[in-house]
Amino acid sequence: MLEARNLRKVYGAIEAVRDISFRVEKGEILGVLGPNGAGKSTTMRMITGFLPPTAGTALIGGHDIVEQPIEAKRLIGYLPENAPLYPEMTVVGFLDFVAGIRGFRGAERRRRVESAIERCRLTAVRWQTIETLSKGYKQRVCFAQAVLHDPSLLVMDEPTDGLDPNQKHIVREMIRAMAAEKAILISTHILEEVEAVCTRAIIINEGRIVAAGSPTEMKARHPSGRLDEVFRVLTQGTAEQTTAHR
Amino acid sequence: MKRCMENTWELFRREFRAYFESPVAYVFLVFYLMLIGFLTFFVSRFYEANQADLKYFFFWFPWVNLLLVPAATMRLWTEERRTGTIELLLTFPVTLTEALAGKFLAAWAFMTFATLLTFPIVVTTMWLGNPDLGAVVGGYVGAVLLAGAYVAVGILTSTMTRNQVISYVLAFVICLFLALAGWPPVMDIVNKWAPSWLVNGVAALSVMPHFESLQRGVIDLRDLVYYASVMTLAIFGAYLVIENRKST
Ligand SMILES: Nc1ncnc2c1ncn2[C@@H]1O[C@H](COP(=O)(O)OP(=O)(O)OP(=O)(O)O)[C@@H](O)[C@H]1O
Ligand SMILES: [Mg+2]
Repeated sequence: MLEARNLRKVYGAIEAVRDISFRVEKGEILGVLGPNGAGKSTTMRMITGFLPPTAGTALIGGHDIVEQPIEAKRLIGYLPENAPLYPEMTVVGFLDFVAGIRGFRGAERRRRVESAIERCRLTAVRWQTIETLSKGYKQRVCFAQAVLHDPSLLVMDEPTDGLDPNQKHIVREMIRAMAAEKAILISTHILEEVEAVCTRAIIINEGRIVAAGSPTEMKARHPSGRLDEVFRVLTQGTAEQTTAHR
Repeated sequence: MKRCMENTWELFRREFRAYFESPVAYVFLVFYLMLIGFLTFFVSRFYEANQADLKYFFFWFPWVNLLLVPAATMRLWTEERRTGTIELLLTFPVTLTEALAGKFLAAWAFMTFATLLTFPIVVTTMWLGNPDLGAVVGGYVGAVLLAGAYVAVGILTSTMTRNQVISYVLAFVICLFLALAGWPPVMDIVNKWAPSWLVNGVAALSVMPHFESLQRGVIDLRDLVYYASVMTLAIFGAYLVIENRKST
C-alpha cells in the first residue's frame, strides 16, 4: 500500500532525512520510533505530499506522490503533528468542509460527517467551536478528519501526544478498530505504544533507519529484553550531538 | 475541470464564511462604511460644493481600500502557517492553484460586499441631484476591480510571513506604490532625476489612470487587461512563494 523509496530531505545545511525506505501493507500498523529531531515528521510530510523530497519518492497504492499527487492524496488520511485545525469553525462545520474537499456531496456527505462524529465520539461537542475544545477532543477532531473518507493509508504523527491515559486509550482503540482494512503509519516516542498497537516498528536516528522488525524481534536485540534499552543503545550519544550542532 | 471548480468552491465557501465567523468582519464593515461616508460628506465638502457629483465619492476608494484591504487579507496565509493548518490544506486532494483561487475569490467577494454596502450614499446623491447612471456603474466596476488588485497583492504578502502585522505593512507599501506611481505630484518629483523611460515605465504600473477612466463610465479593454495582469502576477508570485517555502 505504501512504499517509501530512498527518501531524502535537506533543509539548507541540515540533512533531516538521509535515505529511508520501507513498505507498509494493508492490515499492518508500522510504528516509527526515534528521538526528537530524528526526522520522523519530515518523513511523514514527504509521504503525504506536503514537502517535496530532495531525492526519492513514495508510492501510495501505486501512485507516485511526486508525479501524481492528487491521485495519491485521495488515498491518504493524515493527522499532522499537534493536530492543526481551524479554530473558529465548529466541529460539524469543519468536518462538513473536509467531506466536501474529499468529494462527497448531498446525502453521502452528511452520512460521512455523521459516521466520523460517531466513530470518534464527538457527539457531545459537535456544535462547539474548535478553539473551545480540550486537547483530547481537538486530537479526535483531527483524527475524524483523517478517517472521514475511509483512506487506504492512514498516516499519524504522534496521535497520542499530550493526552491523558484515558484519552490515549480511546485513540488506540480507534486505531485498532480500523487496522484490518488499512495500512497505518504511526510515529511516537512512547515505547509502550509500539507494543500496544504496532505489528512492526522501525527506529530512526539522525535521518536513517537503525533498526526494523516486530516489537518482539526488537526486544530480543538487548539482553534485558526491554524496548527502552534497545532504543537507548541505538540512538544515544548521537542524539546529544544532534541537539548540539542544531 | 469540474473537479477543479468544485474544489475551489468548497475552499471559497469555507474562507468566505470564516470572515463572518468572527466579530472582526462586522467591525470592519462598519468602519469601512463610516470612513467612506465621512470622507465623502465632510472632507469633500459634498454639500457645500452643492454638486451632486459622485466624483468625490469614488475618489476615496483607492485610499480607503489602501487602508483596509490589507487588513482583510493579512490573515489568509499567515494563519495557515502559524497554526499549521497549511499542512492539512496542502495534503488534501486539491492543487495549490485551487487553494489560492479559493482564498483570493473569498477575499475579493468580501471586499465587493463591503463596496456594494456603500450604495445608500449613491442613492442619497441620486436623490439630491441627477448623476449619470453609467458613471455609477463604471465607478463601481472600477472600485471592485481596484479592490481585486489590492486583494491579490495582500494574498501575496500573506504568503511571505507568519506575522499578520508584517503582511499588512508589506501589502500597504506595495498598494501605496501602485496608487502613487502615476500621481502627478509624485511623477513631477521623479521626473527631475529619472530617465524618461523609467518614469513612463513606473507610471504604467499605476492603478490610478485605470481607476479614473472607469469612473467616466467607459469600460476600456486596456483597463481590464491591466487589472487582470496585476492579479495574475501577484497570485503567481504567491504560488512561487508557497511552493518554495512550505514549512517555515
Ligand atoms: N522547516 C525546517 N527548516 C529547517 N530545518 C528543519 C525544518 N523542519 C525540520 N527541520 C530539522 O530537521 C530535523 C528533523 O526534524 P523532524 O521534525 O522531522 O524531527 P522529528 O523526528 O519529528 O522530531 P520530534 O520527535 O521532536 O517531533 C531536525 O533537526 C529539525 O530541526
Ligand atoms: Mg515530529
